[in-house]
Amino acid sequence: MALFRGFIEFARGLGFQVGLFLQVIARFPHIPKRRAFISSQLYGAGNKVLHVVLLVSFVMGMVLSLQTGLVLADYGQQDKVGIVVAVTMAREMGPFTTAIILAATVGSALAAELGTMAVSEELSALEVISVDKVSFLVMPRVLAMILMAPVLTIFADTMGIVGGGFVAQSQLGVGSQLYYDSALESLQGLGGLLAVPKDVYGGLMKSMVFGAVISIISCAEGLRARGGALGVGNATRTAVRDSIIAIIIVNYFITWFLYQK
Amino acid sequence: MNVCKAFGSKVVLSGLTLDVKRGETLVLMGPSGTGKSVTLRHVIGLLRQDSGDVWVEGHDMSLIKPLELFELRKRMGYLFQEGALINWMSVADNVALPLMENSSLSRSEMEDRVREKLKLVHLDGVWDEMPGEISGGMKKRVGLARALITEPELILYDEPNAGLDPEISQSINELIREVADTLKITSMVITHMVSCVRTVADRVVLLEGGKVIVDAPPQEFLNHEHPRLRRFLGKDPD
Ligand SMILES: Nc1ncnc2c1ncn2[C@@H]1O[C@H](COP(=O)(O)OP(=O)(O)OP(=O)(O)O)[C@@H](O)[C@H]1O
Ligand SMILES: [Mg+2]
Repeated sequence: MALFRGFIEFARGLGFQVGLFLQVIARFPHIPKRRAFISSQLYGAGNKVLHVVLLVSFVMGMVLSLQTGLVLADYGQQDKVGIVVAVTMAREMGPFTTAIILAATVGSALAAELGTMAVSEELSALEVISVDKVSFLVMPRVLAMILMAPVLTIFADTMGIVGGGFVAQSQLGVGSQLYYDSALESLQGLGGLLAVPKDVYGGLMKSMVFGAVISIISCAEGLRARGGALGVGNATRTAVRDSIIAIIIVNYFITWFLYQK
Repeated sequence: MNVCKAFGSKVVLSGLTLDVKRGETLVLMGPSGTGKSVTLRHVIGLLRQDSGDVWVEGHDMSLIKPLELFELRKRMGYLFQEGALINWMSVADNVALPLMENSSLSRSEMEDRVREKLKLVHLDGVWDEMPGEISGGMKKRVGLARALITEPELILYDEPNAGLDPEISQSINELIREVADTLKITSMVITHMVSCVRTVADRVVLLEGGKVIVDAPPQEFLNHEHPRLRRFLGKDPD
């Protein structure tokens, strides 16, 4: 019974999120009017998490390099570690790590901000002065996130490859020349939709979708918050949890779409 | 209007019947938690009644289309009990917000208007401060300036003078009176203060148990013999 109720609640939430997403798209013509606010949101989203992304992806690259390097070494193939790290970072770990960090930091902050507005009558106030909430609050935040996620992902990819190179040299005895040459070479493969390296644009496309998913879920939870500080806490928790679940599920489908044979 | 409203099993308004004529200032009094704020929220369409109907300016609020509601609200002002300022915008931006969103005034015209309204509520020096940095009474007055900025035809005040010192409170009362008289505005005012009743009211009602118990002009109201009202006002209203 509880499970059943959980699903109903989930479906209702999903419906609200999809509706919100469509409304956000309908508000894209308001972008010029909101540009100042969008850029301040962009700055906020980027500036506050860049150092986290750099640190985490650097260490991710190190771990990746070490784990795969040791297995490859068993087969005398440690020279290929650069390829593995570069492809894995660009395709998966870069966008994914960035998305998780964004969900936990910017996403939770969005839910808390809008949630606080919802429980303190600020949203009602906007309603009575005929301010369009989606255009005023949601669209700029969603757009900022969609633009910011791929930029951060580029940093994450780069740092991951650098971190991997560091371990390759110090622990696996793979020279940095060889490492970087093979890493860069492996990312050259063109194909699919665009005439740029597929692994790179695939990863960036992923990260834009993740950015949209996180911001929509977080804003939706914030707007739906009810009942004081407790409600804001609930909204924030749900936003982060659902964002992470959604990222993992959506990730599979984009990967399938991009790399299906 | 004639409304019933319950939140879940909790009945707040049960057959409240009230009408306000154009240009009239109606004061609502009643014990805390009787549904005064809920009543005002119905008038501006933030809440929908369970049964009965609410008519504002010829619109049935339960059937009104979103666009009509949007237009109607441009002609209405609402002062929230807690001010309800947008906490990440400065005082000036908060007051200017209705103009920024829905008018084509230039930047300097807006600033003039904002300055004028802030002066009306005795907040001349306040401009760049954030809502978190000002006192509760100041927030209330900024909220009042925001409600007045579009020069609406119908203003709903939820406790405009609660939490203010007597001097400012009295001048806010006079401001409400003045705005009502000079612009021929229709107002509904919730208050707990007899001084406010004396200054602003054309008519006063006492709400309790989701109904109107007393409905009278201010002088008559203050001297009314209804036992519940006598108890509510205390033995000797100031
Ligand atoms: N959103 C809501 N959900 C559930 N109950 C509510 C809600 N809003 C108001 N109520 C209930 O309705 C009743 C009336 O609330 P209201 O805010 O109108 O009181 P009030 O007359 O304005 O009191 P006060 O003078 O203290 O402001 C209260 O008992 C309150 O618990
Ligand atoms: Mg109230």
